[in-house]
Amino acid sequence: MKKLTTYGLGLVAGLAAIAATPAAYADDPQFFPMLVYRTGPYAPNGIPSANGMRDFYMLSNKRDGGANGVEIAVEECETEYNTKIGVECYERLKGKHGGATLVNPYSTGITYQLIPKAPVDEVPILSMGYGQTAAADGRVFPWTFNFPTTYWSQASAFIRYVGSEEGGMENLKGKKIALVYHNSAYGKEPIPTLEKLAGIHGYELTSLAVDHPGQEQKATWLQIRRLRPDWIFLWGWGVMNQVAIQEAAAIRFPMDHFIGVWWSGSENDVIPAGDAAKGYKAGTFHSVGATAQVHEDILEHIYGGDLEEAKKNNFGEVLYNRGLVNAMLGVEAVRTAQAKYGNRRMTGAEVRWGLENLDVGEERLAELGFGDFTRPIKVTCEDHEGSGPVLIQQWDGEKWSLVSDWIEPIREVVRPMIEEAAAAFAAENNITPRDCSAES
Amino acid sequence: MIYREAGQFKTSYGADQAMLPIAQDRWAVGAAVAVMLIVVPSIANEYMLQAVLIPFLILSLAAIGLNLLTGYAGQLSLGTAAFMAVGGYMAYKFTTAFPGLNLLVVFILSGVCAAGVGLVFGIPSLRIKGFYLAVATLAAQFFLNWTFNKVPWFYNYNSSGTITMPPRELFGVMAAGPEATAETRYFIALVVVIVLTVVAKNLVRGRVGRSWMAIRDMDIAAEIIGFRPYQTKLLAFAISSFYCGVAGAMYLCLYLGSAESEAYSIDLSFEVLFMVIIGGLGSLLGSFLGAAFIVLLPIFLTNAPQLAGFHMPIDVQKHIELMVFGGLIVWFLIVEPRGLARLWQIAKEKLRRWPFPY
Repeated sequence: MKKLTTYGLGLVAGLAAIAATPAAYADDPQFFPMLVYRTGPYAPNGIPSANGMRDFYMLSNKRDGGANGVEIAVEECETEYNTKIGVECYERLKGKHGGATLVNPYSTGITYQLIPKAPVDEVPILSMGYGQTAAADGRVFPWTFNFPTTYWSQASAFIRYVGSEEGGMENLKGKKIALVYHNSAYGKEPIPTLEKLAGIHGYELTSLAVDHPGQEQKATWLQIRRLRPDWIFLWGWGVMNQVAIQEAAAIRFPMDHFIGVWWSGSENDVIPAGDAAKGYKAGTFHSVGATAQVHEDILEHIYGGDLEEAKKNNFGEVLYNRGLVNAMLGVEAVRTAQAKYGNRRMTGAEVRWGLENLDVGEERLAELGFGDFTRPIKVTCEDHEGSGPVLIQQWDGEKWSLVSDWIEPIREVVRPMIEEAAAAFAAENNITPRDCSAES
Repeated sequence: MIYREAGQFKTSYGADQAMLPIAQDRWAVGAAVAVMLIVVPSIANEYMLQAVLIPFLILSLAAIGLNLLTGYAGQLSLGTAAFMAVGGYMAYKFTTAFPGLNLLVVFILSGVCAAGVGLVFGIPSLRIKGFYLAVATLAAQFFLNWTFNKVPWFYNYNSSGTITMPPRELFGVMAAGPEATAETRYFIALVVVIVLTVVAKNLVRGRVGRSWMAIRDMDIAAEIIGFRPYQTKLLAFAISSFYCGVAGAMYLCLYLGSAESEAYSIDLSFEVLFMVIIGGLGSLLGSFLGAAFIVLLPIFLTNAPQLAGFHMPIDVQKHIELMVFGGLIVWFLIVEPRGLARLWQIAKEKLRRWPFPY
């Protein structure tokens, strides 16, 4: 009986605790909820991204005094890259610290879940280089932003890069290109673009799916051995990347003909393969290493000059840098909104306006410490992507270095596809695309 | 003293065969339903409804479905999530093909489709039993998940393979899609779960349920006294899959909003199986208790350290949560292998003698 009473009391206490969870704060900072994954099969990639974002938000508070004097607050929630837990996290965080104003889902699956919620909750989504590509059409997706560039743009940039390596786009004819992709919404993203471009340039595309989490790829690489492709694109994430690079090395595929998406090109992906990974390439939309002014500032303000401690927090790694760029663009969107609405805490709707009118030029990038580190970005009402160019980086066994100039995507092919996909989404979900000429 | 049926006389067959023969039980269940229907929506906030109670209700329904098959008919299944996926994908197909179709009709049609698929995958149960049957249903899990990923017809040929529930109304109120309030979705889930629970309760205490239990307890003896194993087992598969299909449809329409086939992965099958085992095999109450344990406890463990004032790195917190959760499962199974429902039964027996136990 006593045992049962204890159970009963425990249950009641538990339910009461769940009910009491979301707490509201009195003072209002600018709140960025952080959906991160520091555990689970995707943790090796989740940790550096999260650290980069965290460090830049903290740097904004310490170096720049917040966003024009408004303190930036962050709170992390562990998603394990699991869509359900991610949505639970979002629901838990969105009411805290005076309300979330901008969410970076950091997972394509979670982004898909949040896109319909964004206009209702008035929390804009910045899915930087991931998520639903069609969201680049701002007329159908007013609350979702995926600048500086999307998967489809990147896929077209890859084809352009391969074309230039082969000595001209006309030489693509008859070439065999294999795509090894994560069997999920994320991995399937590039397929329509690559198929469309295959029709134009006459290369032969083979798409090979790898199921979550991607540790088992023997069958896939057996197929590749039989196929003997000229180029391989890798659209993986987490442990799948490491395995794919090791498998490619095992079949002695020439590494410099093996190109990963920007989520398949971090230190964690190549180091396990050792020397065999030398020559492996990947896309990116910012520079490499701890070379920018912002890195010096972080070292000084956050780590007190302790480079060892900073390295433990992935300082200067590819995904850490991407976290920095992502956080910087979010904070800049708040500042853009403040220029219109005044220097106070911005609401979600105001941050949305800031994102849509974001215009970060070379000068501003230099002021923020990102001079020459990434490209200027200009977002418009129609175009939430910015159609940004892509760089190719290469692993030399110890570090990444850039091996290409900025490659422009094939916009005349990609943009109509985006508009078509957005129109299909609008039709299915009863959305009337807004008229951008009426926006201010 | 308070929980005692002395003095409650049954004067008709109807009263004797009532679903809840003891008056106190009727009041307790009535009060619970009233609280869920009236009190909870008025005090619970959106987080509580959306992230805690709606998944709890939907997974309870899936657990009831599996409990009918595994707990009552004795057929072990690892394909629950696959049958839920059939429900989810068919709900999407029905509602996009016929936008005017009533949402409740969509749920029922999805359940019927899942029942059909369940029938097909139930055929091996005539020849194989126990663990071998579990492996056969595991094939259903992998095959169906693969199908929903591979055949673009199921996700209307969109590029990402994700199904998104379009906005839908039910009796003039937004019921699905982003503009539907958490309260509305909670109400729909609750009503469907209550109705289907009453149906299940009457199934298991009637002829059908008794034939299932006879097959479960000893199939040869059941066959000798006149139950046809083929029809009985297939019926169990069909009805169980119907419940799972409806749960899967609600999982998409009322909870997730958009999903890819990964949402109905093998992990979900195991989760529902754990609910049934921890809650209690062969008990409808156990399905609810098990779902509460599996859904609510991790959320409570995630929130507990912050409420208690501890601020630790979230990865450490997550690891502690996983360890505590795993430990609790093992502890419960050692303390009460027959599940939480059995604990409740013991409590009721003790309550009868309270406060003068002998």
